[in-house]
Amino acid sequence: MREITYRQALNEALAEELERDPNVFLMGEEVAEYQGAYKVSHGLLQRFGPRRIIDTPISENGFAGLGVGAAMVGLRPIIEFMTFSFSLVAFDQVVNNAPNMYTMSGGQFNIPITFRGPNGPAHQLGATHSHATENFYASVPGLKVCTPATPRDAKGLLKTAVRDDNPVLVLEAELLYSSKGMVEPPDEELLIPLGKAEVKREGSDVSIICYAQTVPLALQVAAQLEEEDISAEILDLRSIKPLDEKAIFDSVTKTHRVVIVEQDHPFCGVGAEVCYRIQKNIFDALDAPIFRVSQEDVPMPYNERLEKAVLPNADKLIAAVKQVCYT
Amino acid sequence: MQPVEQRDEVEMLSLMLLIRRFEERASQQYQAQKIGGFCHLYIGQEAVVTGAIAAVRDDDYIITAYRDHAHALARGTTTDACMAELFGKETGCSRGLGGSMHFFDRKNHMYGGHAIVAAHVPLAVGMAFAIKYRGEDRVTLCFFGDGAINQGAFHEALNLAALYKLPIVFICENNLFAMGTSVKRSTSLRQIVDRAEGYDIPGEIIDGMNFREVRDKVAEIVDSIRKEPHPAFLEMRTYRYRGHSMSDPASYRTKQELEKYRLDDPITRLRAQLTREGKLTNEQFDLLDKRAKETVLASVKFAEKSPQPPLDTLYDFTYADGAMEPGRPRPGEPAQERREGAPSPGTNSR
Repeated sequence: MREITYRQALNEALAEELERDPNVFLMGEEVAEYQGAYKVSHGLLQRFGPRRIIDTPISENGFAGLGVGAAMVGLRPIIEFMTFSFSLVAFDQVVNNAPNMYTMSGGQFNIPITFRGPNGPAHQLGATHSHATENFYASVPGLKVCTPATPRDAKGLLKTAVRDDNPVLVLEAELLYSSKGMVEPPDEELLIPLGKAEVKREGSDVSIICYAQTVPLALQVAAQLEEEDISAEILDLRSIKPLDEKAIFDSVTKTHRVVIVEQDHPFCGVGAEVCYRIQKNIFDALDAPIFRVSQEDVPMPYNERLEKAVLPNADKLIAAVKQVCYT
Repeated sequence: MQPVEQRDEVEMLSLMLLIRRFEERASQQYQAQKIGGFCHLYIGQEAVVTGAIAAVRDDDYIITAYRDHAHALARGTTTDACMAELFGKETGCSRGLGGSMHFFDRKNHMYGGHAIVAAHVPLAVGMAFAIKYRGEDRVTLCFFGDGAINQGAFHEALNLAALYKLPIVFICENNLFAMGTSVKRSTSLRQIVDRAEGYDIPGEIIDGMNFREVRDKVAEIVDSIRKEPHPAFLEMRTYRYRGHSMSDPASYRTKQELEKYRLDDPITRLRAQLTREGKLTNEQFDLLDKRAKETVLASVKFAEKSPQPPLDTLYDFTYADGAMEPGRPRPGEPAQERREGAPSPGTNSR
C-alpha cells in the first residue's frame, strides 16, 4: 500500500483500463490537450494518443449520445462530464437512451458505458454548478450509481464500472480530489464490486450511514462523539444503486440507531430510500426514529455563509446523533 | 455482400410492396385494437428506405426514428417478427418490449427504432465513431424526419460528425410535416439541406419518391465515404399519405395536396419504369403484390398465436448481468438471506 490522492487513483484506474482493453476510450470536454479540467486525465493523451483520449466541444447531449451509440456496437466508452451538473444537459441520453436500450431492444443491445465526473456541491459555485445528482439517477431502472469517498474506492469502483456491461455513473466527490489515502500498489489489481458498502469505522451506539463527501464529515464527527462516549459506526454506502441492504441491516441490527447523512436534497433523497428499507425490513431492531441530515431544500445560494447553512455539517450531524441517542 | 448495381430492381419493388401492405395491415389491426400505444405509418415514403438500403452493404449500420417499421423490413427483419412486435408478443423483433417505435434487429444491423425526436442522431454518430475507431470501411445511415432538425441533439451530432470526419450519411426524410406542423412553420430555412452547410457537411436534395435516384445518389456518396470517411447530408423530398400517427386525421393539409403526391407514388413510378423497360409485366406485378399481401396476412396470424412475454421475465431485461432488484442475486452472488421476523415481500415491495 502507498498513499496517493483521489485524483491520482482515478487517473491510475483510467490508465489501467485503457491499457487492458483496446475498446475503452475516454471522451469529454478538455480531457486531452488541457489534461482534464480537474487533471484526472493528466498524461493520458501523451500515453494513449488522440484516437483514444478525445476532446469534445461543449455538447454534453451530443457526446454522451455518441458514447451510447459507440457502446451499441461494442466499444466501452468512458464519458467525462466536467461536472455532473452539466450532465443535466445530456439527461435525455443518460436517462432515456443508455438505460432503456437493453429493455427496448428485448435484450439485444446492452450499453457498457461509464459516465464519470465530479458531483455534488463544491465551494460557492452557485445553484447551477452545485447539483448532487445521485438521487435523480439512482431512481432510473437500468442505471448503476456509485459514489466513492476514498482514493482506494475511487480506483476500485471506477475500474469495476468500466468493466460492467451496463451504464454506470461514477459520481466523484469534487471536494475530495486532493484528499489522500492508502491504495494497493499499481501492480496489484484493485476491483471493488458495485453494491458493496464498507464500514469505515466500527461503533456500537449509532450507525451513521453516509457516502461521498459526507464520509469524511461522518468520520470527523465520530471522533468528536467518541470524546462524549458515543460510539458511532460509519457505514459508507459506496454504491447508491445497487444498494447494499445487507450491510445496512447488519450495522443497524448492531447499533439500533441510525442517522443518514447525504449530500443531496431531502425530498426523495437517497436517505429516504435507505430509511424506508430499514423500517420495512428491520423495524424491531430500531430503538429510535431514523434521522436524516441532507442539504436544505433550497437552490444553492452563492453567499458563503448561506451555502454553509444549506450543507450538511458537523453541528447538524452531531445534533441528529444526540437526538437518536436521546442524549 | 452484393455490389450495389446487382440488387435486383424487381426485388426492391417487391420490398416496397411488402412495406406498403404491412403498413396497411398494421393500420387495420390498430383500428381493431390489436396494436397498442402509438403507431406511425411509412406509406408514401417507401422509395427512401428501399433506395438507401439497396445502395449499401448488409453490414453497414442503420438507425432511424420512430417511423421505423419499413427500415426493419428493408433490413431483412421478417414480417412475422415485425407484426408480432406490434402485437407486443414475445416473438417480436424486440420481444414485445419495444413496440412500434422501438424495432431492433442486431443480426441485420438495424439499431432501432428511436422515439425521442433527434435523440438517436448522436447515437448514429457514435456508431460511425466506432467504425472509424476500428478502421473499418462500413458506413452508418442515420434516418430522421424534418422535425428532428430543430432539436439541439441534431445540431450537436452534426458538428461532432464533421469535426471527427466520421463515415455517416444523415438522411432527412422530409415529408413536409413535423407531426402536424408544416416545415414552413417550423423551420427558418427555405430548404432543409442548408442546415448541413452550417457544419461544412456536403448536402444534396433528392427526389425521395424516385427509387432509382435515391439508390444512385446514396451509392455514390457511400462510395466516397468508404474511400475517405466523412459525413454527408441528404434531404429526401417525400410525403406520407397518412397522418403523423394513427390518431392524426391530418386535417392540416388539403385533399388536393395528398392527391398530387399520390399521383407521384414511388411504387407506381418504379413499376412504370420497369414495365417500360420490359423488365416487368402486369401479371408479374400482380403476383408480387399478391405475395406481399399473403406474407403480411400470415404475419398477423403468426402474431395472434404467438405467446405473451412471460410475467416472470419482467426483470430479465433491465441489467445485462441479470436483475439486481428486487432481492434477486446477481450472477455469482448468493441470494440475500431473509431476516428472522422480517415481513415477507408484498406484491410491489422491494
